[in-house]
Amino acid sequence: MVNVCVVVETLRGGITDITFVMLAGGRRLAEGLQTKLTALLLGHHVQKLAGELGAADRVVCIEHDRLAEFNPEAYLRVTTALFEQHKPRIVLLGHTATGTDLACGLARRLQAPIVAGCRTFSVDDGTAQYSALICGGKLIATGPLPEPTCVATMMSGGYKADEGRGTRTPAIETLTLPAGLDRLRVNFKRYIEPPTGDVDIAKEAILVSVGRGIQNKDNIALVEELAKALGGAVSGSRPVIDQEWLPTTRLVGKSGKQVKPKLYLALGISGAPEHAEGMRDAELIVAINRDPKAPIYGLAHYGAVVDVLELVPKLTTALQRA
Amino acid sequence: MDIVVLMKFVPDLVEDLEIDGSTGLLERSFLRLIPNELDEHALEEALLLKDRCGGVVSVLTLDFGDVDEALFTALAKGADRAIKLTGEGFDQGPSNQRIAGAFSRALGDLRFDLILTGTQAVDDLDGFVGGLVADRLELPYVGYVTKVTPADGELIVHKEYPGGLNAEIEVTRPAVLGIQAAEKPPRYVVTSKVMEAMKTRKIEEIALGEVATELEVPVAAMALPESGSHAQMIEGDAQQVAEKIVTLLRERGIVA
Repeated sequence: MVNVCVVVETLRGGITDITFVMLAGGRRLAEGLQTKLTALLLGHHVQKLAGELGAADRVVCIEHDRLAEFNPEAYLRVTTALFEQHKPRIVLLGHTATGTDLACGLARRLQAPIVAGCRTFSVDDGTAQYSALICGGKLIATGPLPEPTCVATMMSGGYKADEGRGTRTPAIETLTLPAGLDRLRVNFKRYIEPPTGDVDIAKEAILVSVGRGIQNKDNIALVEELAKALGGAVSGSRPVIDQEWLPTTRLVGKSGKQVKPKLYLALGISGAPEHAEGMRDAELIVAINRDPKAPIYGLAHYGAVVDVLELVPKLTTALQRA
Repeated sequence: MDIVVLMKFVPDLVEDLEIDGSTGLLERSFLRLIPNELDEHALEEALLLKDRCGGVVSVLTLDFGDVDEALFTALAKGADRAIKLTGEGFDQGPSNQRIAGAFSRALGDLRFDLILTGTQAVDDLDGFVGGLVADRLELPYVGYVTKVTPADGELIVHKEYPGGLNAEIEVTRPAVLGIQAAEKPPRYVVTSKVMEAMKTRKIEEIALGEVATELEVPVAAMALPESGSHAQMIEGDAQQVAEKIVTLLRERGIVA
C-alpha cells in the first residue's frame, strides 16, 4: 500500500535536488502519520539511481524507453494507472517544470485536490498540515492536507536537500508498465543546450543582481559600472530577463542559475520564491529595495530601504574612492 | 490558427497585502487586481503567432469586476475578440478549480486550435489554470513554454528547464500550453489606442450562471511572513547607506 509517495524528478539521468527536499517533507509526513514513504522512480535505466533514495522506505521503479525524458502525457498515464490501483494518502510532486505539468491531470483523475507551493509539512493530532508560500513570497497559507487523497507540489526553502539524503537501504521493487504508452500526443524531441560564451554567473565571486526596481534598460549601464567597481558581474531576476534588459545567461533563480557568490548585492529585487531558490546560499546577501516589506529581507544578511537608482551611483563613487 | 488566451486576475503585489482579522484570510475587499503577468506573456505569444500565420486571437476572462480596461488593452494590442464570462461566486477568492471550470464550460462553444495561458499565477494555491482546463477538455498540456512554432498540424514548443536548458517537444493540436515567457517582451500599447478601442470595439459577454467549486483546498489561516526578521537593516539616506555598505564590504575583505 502506497501512503506517502514522492514522485522522483530526474533530469538527464540524474536526480534533481527538489527530489531530496520532497523526501525530507515526505519523511516528516510518513512518520507523523505512522505510515511508509515510497519514492516512485520513472525513467529508462534508472534503477541504478534507487540507492540515492535512502530517505524512503521503498523505491518503486517503472522503466520504459518512452519515460527516458520527461513527457507530461506519458508520466500522467503511468502515475494515474499506478495510483488508481494503490490509492495514496499524499502524493508529492516538485513545484517545477515537470511536477506542475503532472499535478493537475493526476489530481483530477484521482478526484483529489492539489495544494500548490508547499514548503513545509507537519502532523498535529494525526492531521497532516501544509504551509505554502504564495503571492511572490508575501503570503503564507496554512491548512490541513485534504483527505482521503491529495496531491501537493513542493518548492525548496523549507527543507534542505541534505535532509532528504537518507542512509538507509530502501527496498527496491520494479513494476511492469501499468499503462500503454502508444499514440502519445506529446513527444520529447531533444534538448537545446543553454547559450554559451557569456560570463558564467555561477562562477563569479561577486554578483550585482538587478530586479524590476531598476525600472528600465538604460539603468543597466549604472549597474555595470557598479559591478566593475566591485570586480564582479551583473545578474538579474526573471522580469529583467523577460524584458530583455539582460541576456538569459544572467538569470538567477529556479529557471536560471543557482549561485553562491561571496557577495550577492540584490538591487530592486523583491525576493519571490523562484528567485530565492537561486541565491539563498550566497555567503553575504545585501538587499536594497524601496518596499520595506519585500520578502528579500527575509533572506538577506543586510538590508536598506532606499531608492536603488539613487544609491547605485553613490555606491560606485564611494567604491572608486576607496 | 485560432488561439484562445485565458486571462486571470491576481492581486497587485506592489500594494500591501493585509489579513482580515475576522477570517484570518487575505483581506480581499480593497485588493487591486491586475492581469496575471504570465497571462500577458501568453497573449503576446498568441499575437506573435497571429502575426506569423494568421488566425483569430480571443481573450477570455472571468468578470472579477474591473476587467474591461485589460480587455480593451488586449484588443488594442491586436486581439480579435475579448470575452468576459459572467457568473456567480467569482469574487470569493482565488479558486483555480472554479476558474478552470468556468473557462472549460465557455471553451465548449468556442472554436480553437490552441489555448494559451500563463504557466502559473502569483496566487495559485489549488493547482494551475492551464493544466486544470486541459484535463477537463481532455487535451494535452505542456507548461513552462517559451516558444511555440506551428508545423504540419502539430506544434513544436520549447519547454524551459533550470540552468537555461530547454527541451524541444512536439504536441498535437488542439492543445493547452502554459507560457513561462513569450519570445519577446509583451508589447506596449499607447493609451490613445486603448481609448480608441473603448470607443470602437465591444467586449462580448457569456453568462455562465453558477459555477460550482470542487476539490477545494482548505485554508485554515494566512499570514504575512516577517520579512524584516532576518536582515540587519542599514539606516540612513542613500549617501549614508552607500558609505556603510563600503565599510561592511571592507570589514569582510570583499573590497580592498
